[in-house]
Amino acid sequence: MPRSLFDKIWQAHVVDQLGEDALIYIDRHLIHEVTSPQAFAGLKDKNRKVRCPQKTFATMDHSISTRSLALDACGPENQLQLQTLANNCKENNIELFPVGHQKQGIVHVIGPELGLILPGMTVVCGDSHTATHGAFGALAFGIGTSQVEHVFATQTLKQSKAKSMQVKVNGTLPTGITSKDIILAIIGKIGHAGATGHVIEYCGTAIEALSMEERMTICNMSIEAGAKAGFVAPDQTTFDYLAGREYAPKGESWEQAVSYWKTLFSDEGAEFDTVVELEAQEISPQITWGTNPGQVIGVDQRVPSPDDFADPIDKESAINALKYMDLQPGQKLSDVAINNVFIGSCTNSRIEDLRAAAEIAKKGRVADGVTAIVVPGSVSVKQQAEEENLHEIFLAAGFEWRLPGCSMCLGMNDDLLKAGDRCASTSNRNFEGRQGRGARTHLVSPAMAVAAALTGHFADVRDI
Amino acid sequence: MTGITQHTGTAVPLDQANIDTDQIIPKQFLKGVTRSGYGKHLFHDWRYLDLHEQEPNPDFPLNKAEYAGASILLTRENFGCGSSREHAPWALDDFGFKVVIATSFADIFYGNCINNQLLPVALASSAIDSLFEIVKLKPDTEMVVDLPNQTVTAGDQVFKFDIAEHHKTNLIKGLDAIGQTLELEEKIAAYENQTFAWMR
Repeated sequence: MPRSLFDKIWQAHVVDQLGEDALIYIDRHLIHEVTSPQAFAGLKDKNRKVRCPQKTFATMDHSISTRSLALDACGPENQLQLQTLANNCKENNIELFPVGHQKQGIVHVIGPELGLILPGMTVVCGDSHTATHGAFGALAFGIGTSQVEHVFATQTLKQSKAKSMQVKVNGTLPTGITSKDIILAIIGKIGHAGATGHVIEYCGTAIEALSMEERMTICNMSIEAGAKAGFVAPDQTTFDYLAGREYAPKGESWEQAVSYWKTLFSDEGAEFDTVVELEAQEISPQITWGTNPGQVIGVDQRVPSPDDFADPIDKESAINALKYMDLQPGQKLSDVAINNVFIGSCTNSRIEDLRAAAEIAKKGRVADGVTAIVVPGSVSVKQQAEEENLHEIFLAAGFEWRLPGCSMCLGMNDDLLKAGDRCASTSNRNFEGRQGRGARTHLVSPAMAVAAALTGHFADVRDI
Repeated sequence: MTGITQHTGTAVPLDQANIDTDQIIPKQFLKGVTRSGYGKHLFHDWRYLDLHEQEPNPDFPLNKAEYAGASILLTRENFGCGSSREHAPWALDDFGFKVVIATSFADIFYGNCINNQLLPVALASSAIDSLFEIVKLKPDTEMVVDLPNQTVTAGDQVFKFDIAEHHKTNLIKGLDAIGQTLELEEKIAAYENQTFAWMR
């Protein structure tokens, strides 16, 4: 019987079948300061140990300053959380990349760049954007803290097998359109909860043509469509990216690994519970107008009216969103002024994102009254950008150049917006209050964020 | 952990779809290193007019006198979407909720509820409509949520809900999930021994 990539990875990880559930083995566990302390405390309470510290890697990213390397830079609570992570890692022999470390960065940026994530692996982290790692053909998903504790103690999780969805993007991506636009267009099409209960396999010629970093951006936002995980079958692009990475297999192991990875694809005729198709040619630069990522339009479209939605729940959501976002039906977003720009987050803070942003930043200066920050995803990304002089381009254009971390994606540090601020953001969530109470977030690609920074309002990057 | 079988209580209606975990418990309250104390910050942005939680928003259902003491949260589709933060069920539980009834739940949030003995009940939207009607008309209506029989009773109306058998068992027995898995140690070790050397 033909098997999907999901079936293959799933079956390869079943430790035991427990009725309708399976106990599945976890190959890689990534942790950070926010969702791990209670799990470590739970272990300690019951006198349990971390079963496989060598499969567990920790970084500091959510609660840290992007202006200072000091752990207390954002107050005593953040400091306690960071120090707790450091203590827990030390006690449990877990490798930690703390602030200031060469390998530190956002958990979903450093995992791939260090070669910690390999095709066919199961990867978990107490963070909903763990699906990012699906770009490597891994089954990667976010978990809660009780599950973090379960993985610590057993290196397994009890799971029900999710349904499968194939999202096929056909054709070739037009100039000026990025992988961020693809994923926003997908979420716009299927809705904010459109893939709940599913894992998504992204495929089609437009996906195959993407670089690893672009695939990561797509997989990253699978959760924004409600999916448990999202992945792309590994191919030569994947192998080329991994070759020589610090934690990736080497020599004979590498050869063995590649020959296994080449079996990781959905067989001809494999069945999916749901199939969705998009034409790459039809995708334009996307901007969210509402308060969930499914409320998104092309830059050439107008803000919808609640009456455009047949479903009463969607209509009600649109009314609430327009009110919170202070937008009118029929408005063009290019007429809407912004006063903040955030380039960063686990969605769009990798070197290719910064290169794309710098390309546009070269063409002008940040408009008066706009605060624009660039937050690289890791120390390594920051150094690479500086070697390429990208930071000089950003600084010359009036952007701030910060230290790596999650920053304004969620504002657990002091990178916060004020009520009424409007931000063009390369992050992943436009929820009410996400970037600060009363602040308004519009999700866009890095190039579109820079276009907004330079013009002071939303603009079509293809016209800059 | 003690299990849940039946719960009787009044419900508070939160008539909105797609309520995300950022809304349930905003990021500034995720700085704790323990599981307790999140209830006072539950729905912070909606519940308080000020940042210091001194001025309750009189229009927010949780602040209305007629819904005081409610232990069941009634809401709409895709509840708990977004961030995986388990602080969301911790905050709901700490506030005093025992049951959340919604049209649908986001996956991670649903699992987090089960792991915290907070019962998530998914009902068809027609049933949810009826419950909203009942609760808005007569806020002191006692609802009976019966897990073994998978029913919600409000007045003379009874609604049946679905829940996976293993979730049901875990909620009723209040089992230690880690303890259960640790009993499978031999199988885990056997699995580890047969994986590729480069995956170990």
